[in-house]
Amino acid sequence: MIQLDQASRTFQVGDQQVLALREVSLSIAAGEYIAIMGPSGSGKSTLLNLLGLLDRPSGGRYSLDGRDVTGLNEAESARVRRDKIGFVFQFFHLVPRLDAAANVALPLVLAGIAPAERKQRVAQLLADVGLSERADHLPSQLSGGQLQRVAIARAMSMHPALLLADEPTGNLDRATGREVMGVLEGLNQRGATLIVITHDQEIGARARRRIGMEDGRVISDTAT
Amino acid sequence: MRLADTFALAWGTLAQQPRRTALIGLAMSIGVGAVVVLTALGEGARGYVLEQFASIGTNLIIVIPGRAETTGAAPGVLSGETTRDLTLEDADAVARIAWVAAVAPLNVGAAQITRGSLGREAVLLGSTAPLLSIRHMHLGLGHFLPPGPSDQATPVCVLGDKIRAELFGNANPLGGWVRIGDRRFRVIGTLAAQGQQMGFNTDEAVVIPVAAAQQLFNTPSLFRILIEARGRAAVPRVKAETLALLKLRHEGEEDVTVITQDAVLATFDRILTALTLAVGGIAAISLGVAGVLIMNVMLVSVAQRRAEIGLLKALGASAHNVRALFLVEAGLIATLGAAGGVALGLAASFVLGRVYPQLPIVPPLWAVAAAVATAILAGLLFAWLPARRAARLDAALSLTRR
Repeated sequence: MIQLDQASRTFQVGDQQVLALREVSLSIAAGEYIAIMGPSGSGKSTLLNLLGLLDRPSGGRYSLDGRDVTGLNEAESARVRRDKIGFVFQFFHLVPRLDAAANVALPLVLAGIAPAERKQRVAQLLADVGLSERADHLPSQLSGGQLQRVAIARAMSMHPALLLADEPTGNLDRATGREVMGVLEGLNQRGATLIVITHDQEIGARARRRIGMEDGRVISDTAT
Repeated sequence: MRLADTFALAWGTLAQQPRRTALIGLAMSIGVGAVVVLTALGEGARGYVLEQFASIGTNLIIVIPGRAETTGAAPGVLSGETTRDLTLEDADAVARIAWVAAVAPLNVGAAQITRGSLGREAVLLGSTAPLLSIRHMHLGLGHFLPPGPSDQATPVCVLGDKIRAELFGNANPLGGWVRIGDRRFRVIGTLAAQGQQMGFNTDEAVVIPVAAAQQLFNTPSLFRILIEARGRAAVPRVKAETLALLKLRHEGEEDVTVITQDAVLATFDRILTALTLAVGGIAAISLGVAGVLIMNVMLVSVAQRRAEIGLLKALGASAHNVRALFLVEAGLIATLGAAGGVALGLAASFVLGRVYPQLPIVPPLWAVAAAVATAILAGLLFAWLPARRAARLDAALSLTRR
């Protein structure tokens, strides 16, 4: 599903070139559950941003679902993100003024789906993460675990094939973190490709494939 | 993304910060309101002047003796300017031109008018019967000057309302005798109170037959000839024929000036319209200022909402979607402000109209429309830069930077 060919990414910091990603090649099949681990600054997030089309590689090629997406223009990559990729963030990134249902509905709104269908799908999505009763709660009225579950429901609203989670439990206590990982793994079992960045060895151990990174390179790639 | 959803999202952002929204809207309102009020004032002044002009008559052509010209310019021409008198015969001749509806010769002078021991100075108008309709005067009591040959010096007079009140009080003036200069005149009618018209007050005037006035002032000439054309279209034609006829009657010398009310009116109209536009334009500058304010606030807003913009992009919003969101936000504020401004302007115009009842203060529709359009346009134009900045935000960076 994902084919990354010697992808690199350099950033200009002042008058210095920083290599965040050095010729990373990666092949990921549909339905895999992958944990990316490594110290901060090792290029994990850069890799995830490339995979999520939020960023472009400075060199190399990236093909998603058999389609070369390296050179897509802004509007086309927005469309791919919308239709194929779901994001879950460490800081949830819910819109504070919108209630849970409206937050979940955002991708559907951006996709131009009619309000009636939206409503129905949002209800189902919230039920899937066990938050049906909290649909009209604002983010400020929800706990961390609930916020992340709303975010997961939002990530799944367009039924993406690829789910990218950047330290989804980084802001949660251990028990809530397990709970959230359970929801994500459930989605993976239903077919979504799940890629999780984590510092947490315990969570890393749950993934079926672990990719270790350091200095912008993949230094280990083990499967269980 | 659906248009309705774009509006709903933008509106949600505005509604979340009601004070910010209200303040920018207020800035817009003041600009639009200023344009509406000032153009209303300008139009009021224009309407007032036009009304005054219309009150002295319609399709009016005025003949003035003498001609303003430079003489002695050509070598060999030693004669100076010769001005022939305008005479009653000239007026009678003009009356026979086609498309002339009515002609009134006019002599004006000041004279002492007395009744018994009461006496006062009055403006004496020497004219004929058509003057009443040509000058849009209104009769109070009795009759106006009798029709008939213009050279008949019948000793009758028509009193202005104020003269009547001062000389006769509550007594019936009709049939009474007054003395004007060294002659006696019988009062056959009075004018209704009309007040000031173009700086001339008919209330303080006394109208007598033109021939009587010429005898009284001992002059064969006329002060003016007033001509009313049959319809607006006939005015230029009557003007040309009058000039030609008087030139013929004055031995080929073009020694009269013929002005039309239309020409004077058009000049005033142009001047006052230009004034209204200038004043409105100056007021419109404040719309630009409000636009800059919108830009400023939107730029701050973009900086504050980096994470939200990044999120929208991650969720599949294109740069186009993001730009549309910010533009709609600015457009909504500008529209709200413009609506408030129109309300403000109308209210202020209403109050001004009460304070200056003689000015017909009504904001012109074109000015209201132009102010609203300018406000919305300025809002969108000045929001363009912030919207573009939002659209170009790097999604990955704005999501990670907290």
